[in-house]
Amino acid sequence: MRKFDKDRLILGLAGPVVALVVAIALTTVVLLVSGTNPIEPYRIMFEQVSYTDVQVLIVNQAGIYYLAALAVAIGFRMNLFNIGVDGQYRLAAMLSALVGASIELPGPLHILLIMLVAMLVGAFWAGIAGILKTTRGVSEVVSTIMLNAIATALVAYLILPKNFGVQPEGSNNLTTGEIAESGWFPGLSMGEGAGEIYGFTFVAVALGVLYWFVLNRTRFGFDLRATGASESAAQASGVDAKKMILTSMLISGAVAGLAGMPTLLGETHTYSLDFPAGVGFTGITIALLGRNSPIGIAFSALLIAFLDKSSASLDQHGYEKEIATIMQGLIVISVVVSYELVRRYGLRRQQQKVGEELAAGGAIKTDKEVAA
Amino acid sequence: MANHDINLTVRKGTVHALCGENGAGKSTLMKILYGMQKPDEGTITVDGTQVSFATPGDAIERGIGMVHQHFMLADNLTVLENVVLGGEKLHGIGAKARKKILEISDAYGLGVRPDALVEDLGVADRQRVEILKVLYRGAKILILDEPTAVLVPQEVDALFANLRELKAEGLTVIFISHKLGEVLSVADDITVIRRGTTVGTADPSSTTPRQLAELMVGSELPSPETRESTVTEVPMLKVENLRLTATDPDGVVREVLAGIDFTIHKGEVLGIAGVEGNGQTELIDALMGLRDPDGGVITLDTDDISHASTRKRREDGIGYIPEDRHRQGLLLESPLWENRILGHVTERPNSRRGVLDLKAARQDTERIVREYDVRTPGIEVTAASLSGGNQQKLIVGREMSHAPKLLIAAHPTRGVDVGAQAQIWDRIREARHEGLAVLLISADLDELIGLSDTLRVMFRGRLVADADPATITPEELGSAMTGAATGHLEHPEDGDAR
Repeated sequence: MRKFDKDRLILGLAGPVVALVVAIALTTVVLLVSGTNPIEPYRIMFEQVSYTDVQVLIVNQAGIYYLAALAVAIGFRMNLFNIGVDGQYRLAAMLSALVGASIELPGPLHILLIMLVAMLVGAFWAGIAGILKTTRGVSEVVSTIMLNAIATALVAYLILPKNFGVQPEGSNNLTTGEIAESGWFPGLSMGEGAGEIYGFTFVAVALGVLYWFVLNRTRFGFDLRATGASESAAQASGVDAKKMILTSMLISGAVAGLAGMPTLLGETHTYSLDFPAGVGFTGITIALLGRNSPIGIAFSALLIAFLDKSSASLDQHGYEKEIATIMQGLIVISVVVSYELVRRYGLRRQQQKVGEELAAGGAIKTDKEVAA
Repeated sequence: MANHDINLTVRKGTVHALCGENGAGKSTLMKILYGMQKPDEGTITVDGTQVSFATPGDAIERGIGMVHQHFMLADNLTVLENVVLGGEKLHGIGAKARKKILEISDAYGLGVRPDALVEDLGVADRQRVEILKVLYRGAKILILDEPTAVLVPQEVDALFANLRELKAEGLTVIFISHKLGEVLSVADDITVIRRGTTVGTADPSSTTPRQLAELMVGSELPSPETRESTVTEVPMLKVENLRLTATDPDGVVREVLAGIDFTIHKGEVLGIAGVEGNGQTELIDALMGLRDPDGGVITLDTDDISHASTRKRREDGIGYIPEDRHRQGLLLESPLWENRILGHVTERPNSRRGVLDLKAARQDTERIVREYDVRTPGIEVTAASLSGGNQQKLIVGREMSHAPKLLIAAHPTRGVDVGAQAQIWDRIREARHEGLAVLLISADLDELIGLSDTLRVMFRGRLVADADPATITPEELGSAMTGAATGHLEHPEDGDAR
């Protein structure tokens, strides 16, 4: 049996490795075609990693991506494609910032309240798609995309000064007002000038552990995975498919709501027009690349965060930082292709192996044979 | 290795039957002959010329055609369109093609109507379309994979008449089947495969089904148990006036189940015969809680479960062997032990207070593999890598491991070899002895008659007839399944005496 496990590990690694190699190769081709030095940009990017402040930036960004990717992965594990993570994340960040700025509570309670509001808002926004799917059969792909657009409009409307927004003096920016210091999540300082790691990054790690436990060790997680693997089999096994769809959309939305917390609680302490957008979409890439596994997602979050942060310096050296964006796009395409190829190869290979082992008399001794 | 040292010689103009246990390697052999898989060594010779096939296209070019067990027809197209699909270059798609189809149909007595919509055709007609499709492409050698699995006895006879017709015209037929009686009645030569290799040939005129079965399994078969009734007076499942409607794509509401009434007692096997698509699937769905009935009462033991959830019903003691194990019974890409948890995730040994107990589940999977003779190198392999028969044994083992009160068994031995079939039957008999109530739905009439204590016939969503399995013959049951007979079925002799 050991052999099968080793095989599985190799196959599991083969997918991302092949995808990354192909993506890097294709990016190099793009660089060559555009007449750019194909080696130098990589060198510059790697050089960046040696600086502590860049390392902190990468880790912080990875924490944000990790939460967004977990939200996507929860949907993926049961064949739901929550493209709306971005809208859920932005709306949740905005409303929780609003609530956080308008109330003052003793330390941990203030933070917990902001988190709770963020989760509820995210869950509510994703829940709309869930209810549409379970009652009217609307594809969650379509409804979450539309909800993203609505969230954009809603946030833009709510943040107007005549509604809830605040315009800081001498600025064109709009914010939701500053959250009092009791609502700041303390970070881990990495030394003078290097910045600090958001405290919420550790919450993200804890959520990863929780995700693993719930999915792999609980009845609920088993039902969720079964539904993703075969909805018909899950239903026959006693899973209430509609309830499952709604529940997982709610959880996915709640986690998406938390994705805004590292930035909000650890850095900006307010939601403003320049609050980072698109995190939810990057989360989709990361969940895909990480194969929805908590460890895989962690590595891919770090990788994408690395591309993001280390590419910023390319501009100073006369290269376009969009090289990293091209690479991210190519990673998505090659991931999808290579995972499917590896999956099929793995299934076929195992079928063959089982056939061979049985022919060679490698079966577990069954009672019938023992008797004979 | 799925196949080794296969020696098979098929004479021109004969029906050659290929029998073997499931997982014995028949499918692999057929895939090689049809160009879907490449052999590692050995040769294939057609009409004296050595050939090698890289794709099914090569095989078709050499005159080898395959009729698959699962029909590959587009329902919303006509017969003509289905036949020319992919073969447009042969005779076009118009009048010439139609003429050719009619010509073939007449030559072999297939009785195919080119303009009928496939969705309006019955199973037997569809099969004839499949055969015609292959002949249209110029096949001289036809491979038929389990062609009788979906047919009632009368249709089987008609199919055999077609096969004899083909044979008479000089075509060659390779016929794969588990049903030994049929093999003996239609084949000119028989080759038996066991564990990936040919173990012998048999002459149908001098072989009994029993000898053939023993050749397939490689040992003597256990003799059938003496039948003693274990039926008690205690009702386990009571279904009263069950009604279910469905809305078809055109928005018309149809009654798919009407006035279903029956009771299964402890220790009783109630068999339901019927041509597929007459409401059996819907009945199972209603009993399992997958569809909410529009009327009627379902009582398990003493509880009304008419509208209970599927999980509640399973926890209450309903075991379920689904008709389509790939769709409803297994997670194909998950390891065996996860498949052992499926359907019983809330029960021991699989979980405790909401948390899975992987160690216990794995151990119990190993027990099932041992006790139910599931041939596998281990419990970490995916369900997809097991042969159909072994997948089925795993499902039976799983469902029996939770001491069910009621077992709903839909085609429990479909696609399962004789050895495993006997085992599954034994398990059901054993459990029945201990008070299990069984609802058996099957297309295999021998199985129905052999296993059931009571028989009912389902036709167009109603239970139209009942019969005593001790006296009924498959032919009589078959005619009731087509709606030709209703009420209590009895032997003509008995009828005369009455």
